[in-house]
Amino acid sequence: MSRSPLVHGLRVARALFTSQYALMLEYRAEIALWALSGVLPLIMLGVWNGSGAGADAGLSPLQLGRYFLAAFVVRQFTIVWVIQAFEEDNLQGRLSPYLLQPLPPLWRYLAAHLAEQVTRLPFVVVILALVALVLPGTLWWPSPLSFLLAVVATHLVFLLRFLIQSLITMACFWSERAAALERLQMIPYLFLSGLVAPLETFPEGMRALAFATPFPWMIWFPARLLSGGEVDVAAGFGALLAWIALLLPLTLLLWKAGIRRYSAMGA
Amino acid sequence: MPIIRAEGLTKTYRVADKQPGLRGTLRHFFARRSREVPAVKDVSFSIEAGEIVGFLGPNGAGKTTTLKMLSGLIHPTAGTVEVAGHVPYRRQGNFLRSISLVMGQKQQLIWDLPPLDSLRVNAAVYGLDDARAKRRITELAEMLELGDELSRPVRKLSLGERMKAELLAALLHRPSVLFLDEPTLGLDVNAQARVRDFLADINRRTGTTVLLTSHYMGDITALCPRVLLIHQGHLFHDGPLDELTERLAPCREVRLELKDPAPAEAFAGYGAVESCQGHQVRLLIPRDRLTAAVARLLADFAVVDLEVSEPPVEELIGRLFRQGVVA
Repeated sequence: MSRSPLVHGLRVARALFTSQYALMLEYRAEIALWALSGVLPLIMLGVWNGSGAGADAGLSPLQLGRYFLAAFVVRQFTIVWVIQAFEEDNLQGRLSPYLLQPLPPLWRYLAAHLAEQVTRLPFVVVILALVALVLPGTLWWPSPLSFLLAVVATHLVFLLRFLIQSLITMACFWSERAAALERLQMIPYLFLSGLVAPLETFPEGMRALAFATPFPWMIWFPARLLSGGEVDVAAGFGALLAWIALLLPLTLLLWKAGIRRYSAMGA
Repeated sequence: MPIIRAEGLTKTYRVADKQPGLRGTLRHFFARRSREVPAVKDVSFSIEAGEIVGFLGPNGAGKTTTLKMLSGLIHPTAGTVEVAGHVPYRRQGNFLRSISLVMGQKQQLIWDLPPLDSLRVNAAVYGLDDARAKRRITELAEMLELGDELSRPVRKLSLGERMKAELLAALLHRPSVLFLDEPTLGLDVNAQARVRDFLADINRRTGTTVLLTSHYMGDITALCPRVLLIHQGHLFHDGPLDELTERLAPCREVRLELKDPAPAEAFAGYGAVESCQGHQVRLLIPRDRLTAAVARLLADFAVVDLEVSEPPVEELIGRLFRQGVVA
């Protein structure tokens, strides 16, 4: 037996990650397509560049270009699909064996996501290289500090999105088709996160409303960090940590309640 | 002290009650109704450590529900259950480390990777160091006659190889109780035999308590000195297999393929005619008259093919209940 919980945890993490990474490499073609399907910010870059509307919000074409490229990168590493994976496992009966192992199944999904991100990385680099060829001058080297802060923020965003989806996933225990709920939250996510437009371009009231939700911190904040734009770093990290602190215990509570219901209703 | 103890175990499911047709659909949409379906009713038994016990019963009898309650997957509606000193549905770490459940139609191995990858994860989850995990994998693989199969993606394995790999994964952490739900379902005769041999071997070597459900009488005959018979949620028999076999299968099934069709009445003197359709005839003949009856059939009819088997256990149990032998 492993000597300490930490050593045991690290061994489990390594085994989960390596097996999931091997699995993701099996699906590399699919992941390349997923990476390609996430080019919405690049399309928006084309739209905004053509319209010249960014100037009204004080954003130059170069700033806009860098913002949408950064948004593309952040989006690529914060995609969460735990709900689809969990729903499929539930319907296919794979959840039962997971529940009989001394490891909460959410760890498996977390490892699968991290492995998928590592698999996705080279495809993202290739897409960025292609953008550099098509739009010379748009790519930039962020400062080491901006890069570091953006990486940390992107991981926190991933964790936040993972928690939000896990929360919705718990609805699987009450309804077999919880993915429909997830689609519902995609609408505010798309519009309020800054994926289709930087938040500077929102009307004042709309912007205030957006900042009352977790969505702007999910794309706009890390994208501004990465693209070197002005942003309140403390407020951004504070908001991310606050949302995580709120959702983490809620997710764990609902998870326990969901498992109790699953057990009571019949696995 | 028993390793498994169930007292008054009861499980009732709530299921949606929807009438067919558009009207029923609309009514169900606006005012959902459900009803309670009893799956297991007041079942009590205990199993000593090291026993192999067969759990018999037709489809929907409550076998799988009972296994799920014993393994902690579902809560009982009433009654108490204790396995390896734990209340299963609390799913405490020590309990989970002392049991394993293998379901014939569900898998824990990762479909697109070789079994070895899943085994590595299991070894880490159950806290086995690399050397111990390797030793156990080698030992179990030898017993199961698994070699290169462990390095091939699970999806490329045959059903039998996959089940053997599932068993390896389930036993890697040396559980003291192994629950098996239809482990030989869909396997060919050779694969069934290998799985049975393995289970008998693992029980002998490690003293693992095994509770197994199966539709195949062969599994039960080969492995289980004691059987529990459950029907419509009730436990009707708990005792040696011989007693049950005597009650369940006093007859053998004889299938005939005739060169020329004959009427059902022509077979009345040989045994009970189960079916007679053209060239195909199915008879039930008491064991003590089997040899003589078969010899007479071969002499009296132009027989193209003849097969003697035990009737499916489900059919036997059904007949037994219809006849009111068990009530």
